[in-house]
Amino acid sequence: MEWVQQLVNGISLGSIYALIALGYTMVYGIIKLINFAHGEIFMIGAFVGFYAISGWGLGFFPALLLAMTVCALFGVIIERVAYRRLRNATRIAALITAIGISLLIQYVVIYFRGAQPEAYPNVLSNRSFDFFGAQISSQSLMILCTSIALMILLQFIVHKTKIGKAMRAVSHDMDAARLMGINVNTTISATFAIGSALAGAAGVFFGVYYTKIEPLMGVIPGLKAFVAAVLGGIGIIPGAMVGGLLLGVVETVVSALGYSLWRDAAAFIILILILLFKPSGIFGKNAREKV
Amino acid sequence: MFFKKRFTAVLLASTLAAGFLAGCGSEGAGGDSKDSDVIKIGANLELSGPVASYGQGIAEGMELAVDEINKAGGVDGKEIKITKVDNKSDGPEATNAAIKLTENDKVTAIIGSATSGNTVAQAQVANGAKTILLSPSGTSPNVTVNDDGSVNEYVFRTSFIDPFQGRVAANFAIDELSAKNVAIYADNASDYAKGLAASFKETVEKAGGKVVAEESYVAKDTDFRSTLTRIKSAKPEFIFIPGYYEEVGLIVKQAREMGIDVPLMGADGWDSPKLVELAGADALNNTFITNHYSAGDPDEKIQTFVTKFGEKYSGKSPDAFNALGYDSVYLLVDAMKRAGDTSDATKIKDALAETKDLSLVTGIVTVDEDHNPIKSATVLEYKDGEQVFKSKVNP
Repeated sequence: MEWVQQLVNGISLGSIYALIALGYTMVYGIIKLINFAHGEIFMIGAFVGFYAISGWGLGFFPALLLAMTVCALFGVIIERVAYRRLRNATRIAALITAIGISLLIQYVVIYFRGAQPEAYPNVLSNRSFDFFGAQISSQSLMILCTSIALMILLQFIVHKTKIGKAMRAVSHDMDAARLMGINVNTTISATFAIGSALAGAAGVFFGVYYTKIEPLMGVIPGLKAFVAAVLGGIGIIPGAMVGGLLLGVVETVVSALGYSLWRDAAAFIILILILLFKPSGIFGKNAREKV
Repeated sequence: MFFKKRFTAVLLASTLAAGFLAGCGSEGAGGDSKDSDVIKIGANLELSGPVASYGQGIAEGMELAVDEINKAGGVDGKEIKITKVDNKSDGPEATNAAIKLTENDKVTAIIGSATSGNTVAQAQVANGAKTILLSPSGTSPNVTVNDDGSVNEYVFRTSFIDPFQGRVAANFAIDELSAKNVAIYADNASDYAKGLAASFKETVEKAGGKVVAEESYVAKDTDFRSTLTRIKSAKPEFIFIPGYYEEVGLIVKQAREMGIDVPLMGADGWDSPKLVELAGADALNNTFITNHYSAGDPDEKIQTFVTKFGEKYSGKSPDAFNALGYDSVYLLVDAMKRAGDTSDATKIKDALAETKDLSLVTGIVTVDEDHNPIKSATVLEYKDGEQVFKSKVNP
């Protein structure tokens, strides 16, 4: 029964990666920028949720919505301040800016509240039930369901709505889209807003599930989500989901075999292998549909 | 990560350079001599940063002790004056602070730091400047003894050392909880945890117990479920988890969620109010720690200390760091009295090394040839989030 339990562990871990990877993949899809500040938006989301719950006494869902809203705004501001003027610059310039923004957010937060960790209040009851001898907690089940629901919602937005159509057009050819009367700036802002809101949601889930939040908490999950996005095929929404879950399961299997110290290494070895042998990822095709 | 490392390296290099320059510049400036009517003691502590609660606790304990001594007329009629420096819980900063204290402030002794790493970072400076360095709570053996086995002449400590804590935990598991099959889950990134795990394992095996699972984690991990599942399937009757409260809190919580209900045990690294917040009071039931002291110990000396501390700090109950800071001052003052000199560090260090049967709050101290105190340890049990005194173990 140990293996059923390990699979459950892997899927719970993977669904957090998937939730963060969705935002990564959307932003990359539209402006080809690996937004390294995404992990920090995730951290901001966790802290907004924390202060909303423990400071203002909000319930779980209002806090989640608040965190998503704040993060959406925050993402739009970052794009407006830091990335917009670099849109025609080299990709390395934008990448370096993203790393700079990431460090800036981390240390501004440390400056204002210190580096000490915070324990998330217990807002969701956590019952575990038996499933073929494995313990599944209601929280991990909820995180998985939410990630899947958000992914379906995203697919719907991207494929069935007007703003989604604009996103796809901008991702395909920015200049042509502009000529067709699409407001490119608004479309990119919308993409950042949606991606950042997802990161904010992931932050709150992370806090509830793992209890401990701190200003540097976004670094490793952010990098892992990046690996997950590349694994699934960066720019492809179902790819981020599958990549996240797969990465979570692989890491868990590595630990389960007794190589727990190799867990992080395994994630990055996967990144290297994917980049060497199938850079477009599992779901990547030659003519990709992006966003 | 590559970028981060580079960034840190540059930062580190510039801090070091700055510290070096500061050290040089002050050489001519520090004018006042060591002979004056006050005794200058430096405190090089973690007053901010990740382990700020340790450093602040020590500072509070030190202040109480200094108040008492000064009120009673000081040492040899001289008052003690503490110069506090914040090392921001950072090794290079601790080195800089030690340079400042020895060069600018010309202190006779430095009390600090709270962690072994930050103490080791200033050992060279203290030895070079012939200034006593007394770590209240650095428990790693390499604080006083170098890798080549030589003893750091001017470096001492008030706490017991890691191997002793590991032995106490092992004996407690086997004798009092009658566990035979035990598991170890240690922080692989810290010498502290590895030292504890090694001595725990050795003692358990010598006593006829069996280590059925030996796993490790890395500091900053958040998901321990897969390794815990592995440990659970080995069916241990007791799990030893040496590490610091940030990760231990999560490990305890996740272990209980997975239905691991055997006793868990750790050491003084667990001792923080944050542990209870992270793990939750329920999950912490049936867990134990070894510690330097307990406010619930019925011993008369301890109860007097608890009362006096409460009077000074509006009813607060002193933790182990408060007690160790308090004891550090008394350990030093005792040596000064026996040396008959309050400013000659060379005489004081000889007296410190000869300390014998000195009764302090955290136990009766005799300093051995490696500058380590031989003293008792206390075992505490968590009950509904409170530390309850369980037993006292002599060396």
